[in-house]
Amino acid sequence: MKRRSSFSRAVFIGTIVFLFMPLFVLVLYSFNESKSGSWTGFSLRWYIKLFSDSPDLWRAFGNSAIIALGSALVATVIGTLGAIGVNWYRFRLRSYLRTVTFLPMILPEIIIGVSLLIFFSGLGFKLGLFTVFVAHVSFNLPFVFLLVLARLEEFDFSIIEAARDLGANDTQTLMKVIVPMTMPGIVSGFLTAVTLSLEDFVITFFVTGPGATTLPLYVYSAIRFGVSPVINALSVVMILGTIALTWSMRNFLKYIAAK
Amino acid sequence: MKRGPGGLYATPAIVWLTVFFIAPLFIIVLYSFLRPGLRGGVEWSLTFDAYRAIANPTFAKVTLNTIVVALGATLVTLLIALPCGYYMARSKNQTLLLLLVIIPFWTNFLIRIYAWIAILGNEGFLNDMLQALGLTNDSIRFLYNRWAVALVLVYTYLPYAILPLFSTIDKFDFSLLEAARDLGASKFGAIRRVLMPNIKGGVLTAFLFTFIPIFGAYAVPLLVGGTESYMLGNLIADELTKSRNWPLASAISLVITLVTTIGVMLLVRANGANVLGGGKEASEAKAEQSAPLLNASLVALPHSGGGAS
Repeated sequence: MKRRSSFSRAVFIGTIVFLFMPLFVLVLYSFNESKSGSWTGFSLRWYIKLFSDSPDLWRAFGNSAIIALGSALVATVIGTLGAIGVNWYRFRLRSYLRTVTFLPMILPEIIIGVSLLIFFSGLGFKLGLFTVFVAHVSFNLPFVFLLVLARLEEFDFSIIEAARDLGANDTQTLMKVIVPMTMPGIVSGFLTAVTLSLEDFVITFFVTGPGATTLPLYVYSAIRFGVSPVINALSVVMILGTIALTWSMRNFLKYIAAK
Repeated sequence: MKRGPGGLYATPAIVWLTVFFIAPLFIIVLYSFLRPGLRGGVEWSLTFDAYRAIANPTFAKVTLNTIVVALGATLVTLLIALPCGYYMARSKNQTLLLLLVIIPFWTNFLIRIYAWIAILGNEGFLNDMLQALGLTNDSIRFLYNRWAVALVLVYTYLPYAILPLFSTIDKFDFSLLEAARDLGASKFGAIRRVLMPNIKGGVLTAFLFTFIPIFGAYAVPLLVGGTESYMLGNLIADELTKSRNWPLASAISLVITLVTTIGVMLLVRANGANVLGGGKEASEAKAEQSAPLLNASLVALPHSGGGAS
């Protein structure tokens, strides 16, 4: 046992080094004075440029924020209702919905992007923020659906029956019983949707149009032809931002779950 | 399960996914049999030209390259991920180790690719180090070849493999391994004949989670690959935006979709039969499959709490 575990330990440590090393290089270079290549001295100039002299970047960030929040909100409402329907009720197309929500998780992103681009263009939609929004709702929806469903599966249908026996109608049962107790699942579905939306490059790349540059698309155009020091600084800010955000959301979720 | 307002609740989801997910897939099936229009779009006449074009040597070369890179990168990923998952499952500090694997994964996908450009580029970190150490005078071209693509793909999708493997190995009853040893099995023999068959589901999930996105990779070969490391994803994008041959782009997309779907079905079926001894119903096998799949995505996603917290 001992030799085996020391082998797996070595692989694990090597893997962690492998996973973190590129991020450390980014942090290091973000403080480098020169534009690229060798280390010439400590400097904050790229951070200053990032925050005071990168209007396009911040416009892209604004677009990303709007798309992420908007698409997450719509996906959460539609996905939650769908999950509630599938979990507790019988209706036509129930198994269809279950299959369809599974597909986006197994199909490569590029297929979703290409098929939506052809769909939008074929129907004469103008590519732009709206098509990006629609695409993001579409790939977010299944994740919200599955996360909420996972939460719902912990409960018994007798809760619904109890509510009905006590005189609640369908709307009251939904709003006063089902939604509150599913809240942790709904919130984590929403947050997941926001994250996926902020993260997406491939699908957005295909369905975007003029004036609808999101942050990942901006990063792409900046790094396409090599190293860009402002992106080094942006990377560090984004890494720290994600860690801080995820940390607070974890605690927020725990707080909701405990309530 | 009761009749009730379920259909009403599910209607928006059914409509949205049908219109914006299923219909577009059907449209690419249709388009793949039509003639390309002059500036994008299609002409409404039936033809098999797109499929004929796929069969020509240039495309076959890209397809072959895609398969080789995808299988190679997936295999390497699994070989690294297995001992990692094993070590994490046996550790007492599971939450910490999980965080160590997930934190780099939180970093934006493009930033992770970019980090490798910063390391491997002509004026990157590695060349800088080599020159500082006096090992080379001219910068070495590490980027823009098949090896760079494979390396960055492994880097990008490693957590996708580690997480499902960890959650499966974690559920394994290790006293079985001790029992096998007591009964005279060698260390390696016990792992191969007792542990491996039991974690087959996790290995399969890890394989699919890695192979599928790598097979459809677009951004990684675009940014760190060269012309010889072109993959099917890049070909689709070129046909769409440069050559404006929509039927061909649709046909290639369809090939990727079919390979993915058939792969998933075959593996789930083979695995279900093995794990459950073929005695149980297919639906149960499917549930067995989707559980770790869903579980892995839950653990993998930043704030869902994960299994160990």
